[in-house]
Amino acid sequence: MSANNLLEVHNLRVRFATQDGEVEAVNGVNFSLAPGETLGIVGESGSGKSQTVLAIMGLLAGNGQASGKVVFGGKDLLTLGSRELNAVRGANIGMIFQDPMTSLNPFLRISTQLTESLVAHRGMSKKEALARAVEVLDAVHIPDAKNRVHYYPHEFSGGMRQRVMIAMALLCKPQLIIADEPTTALDVTVQAQILALLDELKRDFGVAIILITHDLGVVAGLCEKVMVMYGGQVMECAPLDDIFAHPRHPYTRGLLRSVPRLDGAGETRLATIPGNPPDLLHLPVGCPFSPRCPDVRDLCRSDRPLLRYQDADSARACHVPVEELT
Amino acid sequence: MTDVQTTSPADAVAAVTDPTQDIAGRSLWQDAWRRLRANRAALTAVALLSVMTLLVLFGPMLSPYDFDYTDWDNVSVAPSFASGHYFGTDFVGRDLFVRTLEGGRISLLIGVVATLVSLVIGISWGATAGYLGGRIDNVMMRIVDILYAMPFMFFVILLMVFFGRNILLIFIAIGAINWLDMARIVRGQTISLKQREFVEAAVACGVSSRRIIFRHIVPNLLGVVAVYVTLTIPQVILVESFLSFLGLGVQEPYTSWGALVNEGAQQMESAVWMLIFPASFLALTLFCFNFIGDGLRDALDPKDR
Amino acid sequence: MSTPLLKLEDVRVHFPIADGFWHSRALKAVDGVSFELEAGSTLGVVGESGCGKSTLARAILGIHPPTSGRIWLDGTELTGLSRRAMQPHRRTMQIVFQDPLASLNPRMTVGEAIAEPLRVFRPELSAADRRRKVRQSMELVGLLPNQINRYPHEFSGGQCQRIGIARALVVEPKLLLCDEPVSALDVSIQAQIVNLLMDLQKEMGLALLFIAHDLSVVRHISDRVMVMYLGKTMELADRDTLYSQPQHPYTQALIGAVPIPDPVREREKEVTLLSGELPSPLSPPSGCVFRTRCPIAQEVCAQSVPALKPAERSPAAVACKFA
Repeated sequence: MSANNLLEVHNLRVRFATQDGEVEAVNGVNFSLAPGETLGIVGESGSGKSQTVLAIMGLLAGNGQASGKVVFGGKDLLTLGSRELNAVRGANIGMIFQDPMTSLNPFLRISTQLTESLVAHRGMSKKEALARAVEVLDAVHIPDAKNRVHYYPHEFSGGMRQRVMIAMALLCKPQLIIADEPTTALDVTVQAQILALLDELKRDFGVAIILITHDLGVVAGLCEKVMVMYGGQVMECAPLDDIFAHPRHPYTRGLLRSVPRLDGAGETRLATIPGNPPDLLHLPVGCPFSPRCPDVRDLCRSDRPLLRYQDADSARACHVPVEELT
Repeated sequence: MTDVQTTSPADAVAAVTDPTQDIAGRSLWQDAWRRLRANRAALTAVALLSVMTLLVLFGPMLSPYDFDYTDWDNVSVAPSFASGHYFGTDFVGRDLFVRTLEGGRISLLIGVVATLVSLVIGISWGATAGYLGGRIDNVMMRIVDILYAMPFMFFVILLMVFFGRNILLIFIAIGAINWLDMARIVRGQTISLKQREFVEAAVACGVSSRRIIFRHIVPNLLGVVAVYVTLTIPQVILVESFLSFLGLGVQEPYTSWGALVNEGAQQMESAVWMLIFPASFLALTLFCFNFIGDGLRDALDPKDR
Repeated sequence: MSTPLLKLEDVRVHFPIADGFWHSRALKAVDGVSFELEAGSTLGVVGESGCGKSTLARAILGIHPPTSGRIWLDGTELTGLSRRAMQPHRRTMQIVFQDPLASLNPRMTVGEAIAEPLRVFRPELSAADRRRKVRQSMELVGLLPNQINRYPHEFSGGQCQRIGIARALVVEPKLLLCDEPVSALDVSIQAQIVNLLMDLQKEMGLALLFIAHDLSVVRHISDRVMVMYLGKTMELADRDTLYSQPQHPYTQALIGAVPIPDPVREREKEVTLLSGELPSPLSPPSGCVFRTRCPIAQEVCAQSVPALKPAERSPAAVACKFA
């Protein structure tokens, strides 16, 4: 991995202590992100995709424990104290969540919520901060931003609220935006608007984006690199076109086959991945996907496969050679 | 059926290999009970409370004295094992040990009975109003509002003046006030449960309203109600103590913890034991109930922590 | 021609919404919907949130009886029936809900949940017979019958949805209303449930009313598709016609907005982004409800409501003045 990466994650692990036992939510995740690059993290529920980024941001729930290394701007975020971490979060990383309504304070005007951190962290005057707030609202195409900046969150519609969240993430001109299922709560037509907006921001501001989603279609439109996770582990990581054209992991293949598509042939039976999503409390000893894998070998049940790089960009965690996959 | 407690998902997987054997499920109650057992504070409170209950029921048998017997030779004596007055005596020579337990009997009885009364009225009133909704709900809840607005003390004093002091009246008075809260809580819960899809599913296949209320709504209310009950009992005990403290409570020679604390407070300087014993019994019981309530809430709602 | 299994004629569901203390306004959740559904076939209903598609299912079931309009099920008119008279017809149609866990009572075992419709519709069955039927139904949807005594929280989302389907099918209905049955499930589980529904349809000759916001799933399972917007039907056509030559500008936008899981096609795709968002259903636009977001709207669109009529260029029925 090169030295000019914006973000490097080494062997990230996340554990949760629960009453029913220890949950291994994330298990040895490695990846790097160059400035301006867009990474899609794809996975189903329990894949650990959200916990991975929450760990990066230092936002794990109280009973969670992260280990490994998260290097951002030369610093290991996992070792920083909460004050330093706040400074990094406020100035360099913006975050967008799935449900904008729960991430905005319903009792404060948008203007207050947008200017607060600028005044506190950047030492701007109230007037400058407000001007900047209007600027970012303009950037996310909120019509009549000058007046709407004084609205309360509930006065915006769902899609507009998500735009406000994006504006908030953009405020401090971050180098990285982490978007956790940013369009899942939205209707398709509004989702298309928000995805177009993210694409535009990527081009205009050169910001790097980590997009977490369960929807392979969303990834296809926006990302350059894709990481597929299952049961807390990275199954496959590759450039966008490779993942879709030549998936090299049985899980990725199964996932791509089981999505009903608007452009495919209808009526035929959908291919399925048999079985149920992984139970994080009782993960298999070997590969987490082994109970559902069509190509499973004895080795898969006993040994956890490691993520191995095939070339500079693509890696897979599977014992079975690519040629032998069904 | 197999043993229920040991069925963890891992066991279940193992059991699947024998498809002729039905797997026992683990209900939410069993889950809650398991979590409650893991909660040491709540468990200790349950144990202490059981001991306390046994003590107030059978404790008086351990003493040679009756609760209303006046021992003229030992008026206002300090605790001593030699005289058989383990907690000492009061200013008319009655044995404080027996009186404390006797008072506990009344206090706990009032707490439990008044709470049960409020439970029955509150659940039926609240669940009916919440499930039927509309105008019926409006009328029923306005009645609750009106009752709520009545000054409680005035109501109690009025009852006492009309009917004289009577322990039954205390039950009625306290129960009559407490069910209002219960009805409100239950109604709120019912309304949110009514919109859950499983109730809609039952409506869609034509299950009768009665069965929906009793099979689908009430069982799902019980968690909240159980927590509320453990917090209501100490509240009721305190209200009774307050009434006794004002001289409106239990009538002599009967007594309650509140009445004992009242007497003790007056003799605080000369006979401090008269305050310490009933007060610590009262405080201990209240603590126990609160710990059980907390434990129950955590056990029934593990997400809320 | 035989009578359709389900027929709706100009069905409206309006909810009174308090507006100040004395007044109330009507929220037109469903506003004049008509269609027919043949036995054994599938009608897909698509639309975004707030388009009234879920209310439509509840109107058919009688949970929210229609304000006006008529509904026939299997030749009998349901509208106007009393609760009691409606009861025997409920057996003909059952519903599967969106959130699989929420649609099951957490305090009831799987067996009790599936047995509930049997208690209502087959009270003559003995407890043993009932249990046998429940086991059969569990097997039908791919659940192990020995799980009968377990509780919903011990199952995954996909399995809970199977339980929901087993509960619906235990009384052998002719019509299954599916209200977003797969949208809460993971992608790999969605496919399992969609396949299951298609298999069961073939096996039992079920008619499906499949409500979803996901156009690709609807395309997969439906024979005909109805597109709804703000309580009104925008377009109604057979599946291939609708997806290959969408006539209504809303249908076109909806299909265009679905991201395709193929980067090459996704890059080539021409997207016409709809401006704005769904207007409030409390004060819908005059005339055509879609006109505020429509790329081809003209002044006439504000003046009168376009009727659902056969399109000029395709065999679809479209509610647009320019189709």
